[in-house]
Amino acid sequence: MRTYTFTEKKDTRSGFGAGMAELGRKNPDVVALCADLVASLKLDTFIKENPERFIQCGIAEANMIGVAAGLTLSGLIPFATTFANFGSSRVYDQIRQAVAYSNKNVKICVSHAGLTLGEDGATHQVLEDIGMMKSLPGMTVINPCDFNQTKAATIAIADYEGPVYLRFGRPVVPNFTPADQPFEIGKAIVLNEGADVSIFATGHLVWQALEAGKLLVEQGIDAEIINIHTIKPLDKEAILKSIYKTGCAVTAEEHQMNGGLGDSVAQVLSLNHPAPLEMVAVNDSFGESGTPDQLMEKYGLTAASIVAKALAVIQRKK
Amino acid sequence: MKSTDLEKVASQVRRDIVRMVHGVASGHPGGSLGCTDLLVSLYFEAMDLKTDEQDSVVFDMSGSGEDMFFLSNGHISPVLYSVLARRGYFPVSELATFRKLDSRLQGHPATAEHLPGIRIASGSLGQGLSAAAGAAYGKKLRKDPHLVYCLMGDGEQQEGQIWEAASFIPHRQLDNLIAFVDFNGQQIDGPTDVVLNNRDLGKKYEAFGWTVLHMDGNDLTDVAATLKKAKQASGKGSPICIIMKTEMGQGVDFMMHTHKWHGTAPNNEQLAAALAQLDETLGDY
Repeated sequence: MRTYTFTEKKDTRSGFGAGMAELGRKNPDVVALCADLVASLKLDTFIKENPERFIQCGIAEANMIGVAAGLTLSGLIPFATTFANFGSSRVYDQIRQAVAYSNKNVKICVSHAGLTLGEDGATHQVLEDIGMMKSLPGMTVINPCDFNQTKAATIAIADYEGPVYLRFGRPVVPNFTPADQPFEIGKAIVLNEGADVSIFATGHLVWQALEAGKLLVEQGIDAEIINIHTIKPLDKEAILKSIYKTGCAVTAEEHQMNGGLGDSVAQVLSLNHPAPLEMVAVNDSFGESGTPDQLMEKYGLTAASIVAKALAVIQRKK
Repeated sequence: MKSTDLEKVASQVRRDIVRMVHGVASGHPGGSLGCTDLLVSLYFEAMDLKTDEQDSVVFDMSGSGEDMFFLSNGHISPVLYSVLARRGYFPVSELATFRKLDSRLQGHPATAEHLPGIRIASGSLGQGLSAAAGAAYGKKLRKDPHLVYCLMGDGEQQEGQIWEAASFIPHRQLDNLIAFVDFNGQQIDGPTDVVLNNRDLGKKYEAFGWTVLHMDGNDLTDVAATLKKAKQASGKGSPICIIMKTEMGQGVDFMMHTHKWHGTAPNNEQLAAALAQLDETLGDY
């Protein structure tokens, strides 16, 4: 098992803020919009250095999405930011018509996705956004795993022409991605090569998958661990290449089972190479108030859950 | 263009509208007929549009260096398509494909088929003013002095997003934006003040920080004078909203004074009766 180390734990939203700060300096077309959540989105540096390129929209997310779509006409690259719930489910029709169907170069960048938003509870813990966004034709959906990867993804999407949904979160998590690792949209990253089971993880669950890999080694199981930071377009080639080798898979994500990464992987497998699959995800339930760690434990989004599913799926191999 | 010439174009556009809707037995003639005079006035007179050496219009998605128009109430696509075609953005013959399979003239305006003149999809109501705000903001950032126009329906004023945009635009001093509300008092389920009363829209926009003008949207002379006044009022710190009184179905007597022709196509006899009231001035498509 390959060893991954980190010097500090950092929040992915700060990776977004750092990416925006860099974009502000190097790309004069980048414009930031926010719906009254500047500090939560870590936009302080961008705003301080580029006040004329920041558009405060107030608590009016639907208008923010429309304004972003209109801004693209003059060649500007709008980054529309808010909490994941308010940047997806609240404004789904606006994203569908003004951004996706109209093919506008809008970057919807959202923080506080999933259970790890914590104490605010289920009203704010969106667990359906990946499903909603990946259903839209032409929409790119990205869910990076740590600070460095979120920063790199933020910078990369500015150079990509087309609508993007970039999802990140609030808690601090191990920052293990090399700072100089370039971000390639749609290109999965093999973190550990293995032969017994494929673990496809996204977002905060990537580190949990690495922890699970170590626990599996203790049981003599050699897991292949792959970071699927881009859910759409999905790296089908990497998924199939791994499954040809291992013959079974576990997916892990901070999202509903319905519509999430697991669904996408299941589609690839059943259409190309049917193989046993288990999913670590929230099972048709809303979240609740609690600390991020308590919630991840209660809803089974942990390394231990990944281990249990891996052992189960290996049993299902013929 | 002289107002007598604008009248001729308007008459032909109204013929196009009823023929297009009849041709596919679906679509929205009422609001289209009501807004014909405004769109003809904008595209044939008021708007500064990009043209080539031969003075033909050239469509540029960016809209930089020219005025831009956004149709928020996308269901009145027939009038927009006819005016765009008659102005030269695409062949007039293409109007015959309206709402048919493989057409660039979708039921509601869209960009996916690359129809010249359309910059964003509209149809799901309440969204156009926000897009226009973004375009106007972009012009400010790019230091382009041109104007952005946006037409909305009065029933559409019931959408919450309109009022998000109505707050945003004056707050950001987008004084390069001129919005119109097509105040015909009708919507699908009946008179607007019965379905969900908008109250005094002029006072509402004023309270939100807009400069509000009123005009008779079916009087070409009043439209020209009010558009001139609106342009003069632009660039002075406030956006402009024109409450435009129109008659749904204007120009076809049996389509007027009712909401019944909001989204209904005429049959053969009704088409003949409508065309008998509208001069063919530029040649039917």
